[in-house]
Amino acid sequence: MGHYQNLFNQLNRTALVPFFVIGDPDEETSFELVKTAIDSGADVLELGIPFSDPVADGPTIQKADIRAMKAKMTPAKALAFIKRVSDYKPLPIGLLVYYNLVFQYGVEAFLADFKEAGGTSVLVADLSIDDADEIAPAATAVGLETVFMVTPNMTDERIQKVVEKTTGFIYTVSLLGTTGERTGLSDRVKPLISRLKGLTQQPICVGFGISTAEHAKEVAQAGADGVIIGSRIVKFIEDNLDDTTEMKKQVGEYIDQVAKIIARL
Amino acid sequence: MKHKGRYGTFGGFYVPEVLIPALEDIEAGFEQYCNDPKFVEELDDLYRNYAGRPSPLYHAKRFSEQVGFQVYVKREDLLHGGAHKVNNALGQGLLAKYMGKKKLIAETGAGQHGLATSMIGALFGMQTKIFMGSVDVARQNVNVHKMKLCGAEVISVSGGTCTLKDAINDALRYWTSHIDDTFYLFGTAGGPHPFPTIVRHFQTPIGTESRQQCLDQLGRLPDKVVACVGGGSNAIGIFSSFIDDVDVELIGVEGGGKGIETDEHCATLVKGSVGVLHGAQTYVLQDENGQIHETECISAGLDYPGVGPEHAYLKDSGRAEYTAVTDEQVLDVFELFTRSEGILPALESSHALAYLVAQKGKLPKDTLVVVNLSGRGDKDVSIVEEHRPMI
Repeated sequence: MGHYQNLFNQLNRTALVPFFVIGDPDEETSFELVKTAIDSGADVLELGIPFSDPVADGPTIQKADIRAMKAKMTPAKALAFIKRVSDYKPLPIGLLVYYNLVFQYGVEAFLADFKEAGGTSVLVADLSIDDADEIAPAATAVGLETVFMVTPNMTDERIQKVVEKTTGFIYTVSLLGTTGERTGLSDRVKPLISRLKGLTQQPICVGFGISTAEHAKEVAQAGADGVIIGSRIVKFIEDNLDDTTEMKKQVGEYIDQVAKIIARL
Repeated sequence: MKHKGRYGTFGGFYVPEVLIPALEDIEAGFEQYCNDPKFVEELDDLYRNYAGRPSPLYHAKRFSEQVGFQVYVKREDLLHGGAHKVNNALGQGLLAKYMGKKKLIAETGAGQHGLATSMIGALFGMQTKIFMGSVDVARQNVNVHKMKLCGAEVISVSGGTCTLKDAINDALRYWTSHIDDTFYLFGTAGGPHPFPTIVRHFQTPIGTESRQQCLDQLGRLPDKVVACVGGGSNAIGIFSSFIDDVDVELIGVEGGGKGIETDEHCATLVKGSVGVLHGAQTYVLQDENGQIHETECISAGLDYPGVGPEHAYLKDSGRAEYTAVTDEQVLDVFELFTRSEGILPALESSHALAYLVAQKGKLPKDTLVVVNLSGRGDKDVSIVEEHRPMI
């Protein structure tokens, strides 16, 4: 059984998965923020390596990528960052990365180094399930779990392919679009979770557009094993760039609030 | 996807999962209609009577005297809209219509593809949105006005470098949220499969006409075919019909900007390395970590850090040769060609002409060179004036 499946079984509730861009707004503050998230109740971490052309991301995360790159974050430094995080507390760490960064590093070397740093799973934002084999066999070979996305417009047949290639969890995209905050929860997400439950036993984590504690609660009640919150958290960074104390406070309070609501369900 | 969309190892469809159904839809639509007699007849009629095809092949005699060999220009600049972009916009626009789509989106650099898409949006009564980098909006404002006059909405993109690359990023993002009713009319022979194949298909009239015109007017095939390369749609259009003619040299000319020894250029095939950008494995300009470089070029239409995957394949297989010329060479030839022929070449197309000037004295007088004059230079007059003020 995989790390995630194990963890979700133990938790017996929906896991809280905050997302950060590594190095946003700079390496040290980023590390402080991730520690804050861990201390405030994160169960799993989803971390992204900044990329110059993040087409799956909306404006909030794109700006985070730009901040992190300006602060000189690189894939090699990001792996060292992950090592520091896992030394602080060994939570499962899922990586979100764009293919060109992995391709330039060398797919096998990158995955081996990520595993070595304490990583758990890898998701390549711009690899569809048709190209799963560019990453999956090499990931499995070094003991990483694989994560692929399922979207509301996917056929059952395609979802079946995702199920076959996934060893970690199914990253369930709640809507048709990019990452980013939304006022309401997409009306596509609950039917999609139900569909997935009918097709697979694998853990399901829901992301994209989950912005409020209420959204997280709804997704949890619909049966998700994990809820991934990215842009909402990254926005606390953007809104407090001149005050890192306030930044950490807001990130911590928000994660604590969502964690408590999920725990009560 | 039904096909892999690979040219050798290049190409593919490196996109987020959410875009796959939309790409599959376009792939299926293209397969269904590209050889459908009704579609072909309607497109042919539009090519002739709306766009102005076939375009002439013109012997630029005075320019030929300047360079010392025989230069024939394929007059894509005479087409409606002022560039070859109308070929692809008509083809994909008609495809969108046959597929029942009501809305078009497109990216644009110089504005020629944005303008072509806006024209076709008006022609077919489709709501049209054009994504354009804010830097390009400023330097190509005449085209922006023309797009708006056609009824299109022009969205100024301010992310990243504010040029074509970022316009593509934002168009892809928008498409992700609107794939149900929106057709992404991709402008160059790059991006994820099936776009390189589709754009090539709709640009092949440039090549088939040129080849036939050479045989009819000159009695033989040319020695060289030269075209500028940004994403590479005009080049692949004209190259495509000569690829099997192994004695015809194919030469693509990229934007050398301030010089390929500097960081300020967009000579992707000359100076780049293999990577993945905008859905395709191809040559890209990037740093050692895989972050995409900013590019610099006097011509907005070439200012792009990637290139169509088929060009990457033609380069590696040795079938085509790629080179670059600088902004200064381009400005020189813009002046020279205009004075010699009374034709204003687009700054993009001027790259191909500048390559010929660099060959002066190196080729026998009877050498036949066909150059794709992919667009007209009216849109560039103020840029030229800025760099080379008339006294």
